Amino acid sequence: MALEPVVSKTIFHDYHVAAGGKMVPFAGYLMPVQYSEGIMQEHLHCRDNAGLFDVSHMGQVIVKGEGAAAALEQLMPVDLQSLGINQQTYATLTNEQGGVLDDLIVTRWTEDSFFLVVNAGCKEQDIAHIQKHLPDFEITYLADRGLLALQGLRAKEVMAELVPEANALVFMNGGHASIEGIEVYITRSGYTGEDGFEISVDTADALALADILLDFDAVEWIGLGARDSLRLEAGLCLYGHDMDENTSPVEAGIIWSISKARRAGGANEGGFLGAEVILDQIANGVSKKRVGFLVDGRAPVREGAEIIDEAGTVVGVITSGGFGPTLQAPVAMGYVPTALAVVGTQLNALVRGKPRPITVTKMPLVPQRYFRG
Amino acid sequence: MTDAIYTEDHEWLQIEDNVATIGVTEFAQEQLGDVVFVELPDVGAELSAGDEAAVVESVKAAGEINSPLTGTVTAVNEALAESPDLLNSAPQTDGWMFKLALDGDVDTSAFMSSDEYQQFVASNA
Repeated sequence: MALEPVVSKTIFHDYHVAAGGKMVPFAGYLMPVQYSEGIMQEHLHCRDNAGLFDVSHMGQVIVKGEGAAAALEQLMPVDLQSLGINQQTYATLTNEQGGVLDDLIVTRWTEDSFFLVVNAGCKEQDIAHIQKHLPDFEITYLADRGLLALQGLRAKEVMAELVPEANALVFMNGGHASIEGIEVYITRSGYTGEDGFEISVDTADALALADILLDFDAVEWIGLGARDSLRLEAGLCLYGHDMDENTSPVEAGIIWSISKARRAGGANEGGFLGAEVILDQIANGVSKKRVGFLVDGRAPVREGAEIIDEAGTVVGVITSGGFGPTLQAPVAMGYVPTALAVVGTQLNALVRGKPRPITVTKMPLVPQRYFRG
Repeated sequence: MTDAIYTEDHEWLQIEDNVATIGVTEFAQEQLGDVVFVELPDVGAELSAGDEAAVVESVKAAGEINSPLTGTVTAVNEALAESPDLLNSAPQTDGWMFKLALDGDVDTSAFMSSDEYQQFVASNA
């Protein structure tokens, strides 16, 4: 086995440092948690202008072979056989118990090849998992590609100048394109709740691409801190926090990610790891659910805070929480018993031993602005 | 007005008539990032040196501020409730946190002067 450095750097590392990036270890990579402007300004800049995120730490993987759609369907409860070429879907890799091994975006590149973008901290185990279950398929980790996300209200203005045809893409669609001679794969997707694009690029061209994007006045680097507050306001799960191998997609409140075709009575019912558990949960309900919370006052309620009911009994736990710069208020999500997972339910979270009133709320707290055509 | 003195925990103190005004340094506010909430001690609270006195919440994380000396809280900066960002914009003036009436004469020899603190920050950066 090759010896690898404990902490890797992405191709953009020196750019982050030059932009004042405060570099921290994250999922085995040195990543910018923020730049000189700070999380608050970066968050607001992304919503109102255009934010550039280095997400090259994430795993880019190709699964290829005849019948790849049906094969991958054994590992995730989505309808890949109906997915058109250059269409993509959000999916979960499930385990036998119905838990979630990772969440990912799957794009159909050709009839028999799929492009997967998986979480940085999960990529090695994901690849091993897919190899174990699909030994007859060619699985390629794209180590030589960077990934940039361009997100926010004005992302489309930037793209209109660079690749007009990419601006015609609707949410969760992609295509090959050329940006000033650089070959890229662009999808209309992201993790901020905003309209935007993710751009996969060969590392040899990655810095030139970043230069082109950063040349626009609207575009600024955005760090992991704002990435977290943006996705929190948008109600999006963070794997390993808001769901993990012990929570199912039903408990995590992402039942929408399970294709109708894979549910009971669907054209391609079940047949994925943990299907029995998950289909039973869809039919008969679950005992706990992920919900969003509004928090009284300005003090953030953070991951790990216990949730108590009126009697003071611990009924759940906060799995993500922080301050929402767009809302100008704290935002949190966590798990509670299903009976309490009703919008308007008032509970308390224990922050440094003191109860802080929280109210179950509809998510997202900041409306998503995806481009759906 | 006496010169401020500094702790290794990046707090400053200004002692006048045996009352210490306490806050965090410019370096500390940079490390904390955008402050969104400050939990201050109750007026009248008796704190021993090392006790948790306040909590500073930034967008991303919470940081505890421990009392550098023993005494009784006589005032807190009420302005931080409405404008916690004062802690970022003016940590050593308008962003002060609390005042502590000290128990008798205190030994301040363990604290740093401004110059010593600047060297401390430079050597630990």
